[in-house]
Amino acid sequence: MSEIAAPERPPVKPHFSRRRVLAMVMRYWYLLRGSWPRIVELMYWPTIQMIMWGFITLHLRENSSWVADASGVLLSGVLLWDILFRGQLGYTLPFLEELYSRNLGQLFVSPLRPIEMVAALMLTSFLRTLIGIVPPTLLAIPLFAWNLFDIGLPLIAFFANLLIMGWAVGMLVTGLLLRVGLGGESLAWFLIFLLIPVSAVYYPVDVLPVWLQTIAFALPPVYVFEGMRAVLFDGTFRWDLFAGALGLNIVYLSIGAGIFLHQFRIARLRGTLLQSGE
Amino acid sequence: MLRTSAVRVENLTKRFGDVVAVDGISFELPRGACIGLLGGNGAGKTTTIQMILGLLLPNSGTVEVFGEDVVRHRERVLPRLNFSSPYVELPHRLTIAENLCIYAELYEVTDPKARIAEIAAALDLERMMDREAGRLSAGQKTRVGLAKAMLNAPELLLLDEPTASLDPDTADRIRAHLAHYRDETGGTILLASHNMAEVERLCDQVMMMRAGKIVDRGAPTDLIARHGRANLEEVFLDLVRGTDADATGLDGEAAQ
Repeated sequence: MSEIAAPERPPVKPHFSRRRVLAMVMRYWYLLRGSWPRIVELMYWPTIQMIMWGFITLHLRENSSWVADASGVLLSGVLLWDILFRGQLGYTLPFLEELYSRNLGQLFVSPLRPIEMVAALMLTSFLRTLIGIVPPTLLAIPLFAWNLFDIGLPLIAFFANLLIMGWAVGMLVTGLLLRVGLGGESLAWFLIFLLIPVSAVYYPVDVLPVWLQTIAFALPPVYVFEGMRAVLFDGTFRWDLFAGALGLNIVYLSIGAGIFLHQFRIARLRGTLLQSGE
Repeated sequence: MLRTSAVRVENLTKRFGDVVAVDGISFELPRGACIGLLGGNGAGKTTTIQMILGLLLPNSGTVEVFGEDVVRHRERVLPRLNFSSPYVELPHRLTIAENLCIYAELYEVTDPKARIAEIAAALDLERMMDREAGRLSAGQKTRVGLAKAMLNAPELLLLDEPTASLDPDTADRIRAHLAHYRDETGGTILLASHNMAEVERLCDQVMMMRAGKIVDRGAPTDLIARHGRANLEEVFLDLVRGTDADATGLDGEAAQ
């Protein structure tokens, strides 16, 4: 063993650091690349869902005029819903990894700031969602002669709004995980499904009772799925729905970030950052 | 120009419900010093270290590191300090090289590859850089934790039992490295340990904690002489068991 000398010391930078954000993204990428089952798992369920709903579509196209009018309505719904679901999981699961490995204490003794952690989780979620969604989307083209990309540019708007909502739910879940620890692990898997009945993924929102529609219109996904049907059935992009989703997303993202940062402060009060884990 | 202390703690108190973990302690760590923080289990050592690190917010009192209030400006001081404990692990599924690479980036180390190579050589980690952190022995994990703690050349190093789980030979080498590092960089070390020989060898000053209070402090040789004991371990046993009438309860005075 030799001696450790002092290196040249960089100046203290108490600002938002892209380098630290990318370091955390790199940490989650190392984790992913080190385990092929994890990569396969990202694509597995979206692909199974796509295949199942593809066959349901083939069947309903012969028996339902609504599906026949826009045969991609169910497949679009399932893949867009998966963007929301995978976006949330992509945000929450890397955070759970920190709890599993009891690494939160080490991380927050480093200069990493909570807001940088949030940014890293968002970026990781984006990458994981792309890995999960793009393969089944491409596979649907030869299997069912259906191409999600035919939606065109509105697809970007739908993707962005659903991903942002996924992040907002992810922030809420990670805030709760900071509060209750790994005992709340299952929240990562089931909490978001509270949204699915009122998000009008597979049916128009006016199917819902009026009181439930009120709740639905307080949530961004319903604007996306209504917008999706407007594109598929009428060939029009509804800017009003886009603006509604975006506006609500800003509100929910702010609330999610507020909850996470508040719970981070509570964790510092209770001293749970160093003890968090299994 | 007046040189600020590395750490200045005043009337620091932390309660968890009805339990007072740290009870109004005050002390000051001069720059370049190596201070031992001793006490039995539950004495308040780890809680004190967590508050210095900014991981834990105090109920009252202040902690300043390099003149900055840790509660309000921890982001200003965190790049200048580091921490190692065998009880806090690194991600198990990543290799040592990956772990050190990530932490080097988090600390925005200049030339991370060269720094990691230097530290790996110094701590004899070169042959295990591609092994997953979760597959290491306890002693190897301790060395990797120390390597992480050295990445940013910290001006303040907080160590919780740095040689726990190490064989005597490796532990001795680690102590030599810590002593050399301090001499070379002028860094300050706060060392929580149950190894009294280690404390006697490394530390200029010792603070003894019991039930959240600092019950005595001083240079190891002074404490041994003052308590009329043969070594620091005997002093420690007297103080943590509360059998020593000489426990001075010096909270409020600087440990200088």
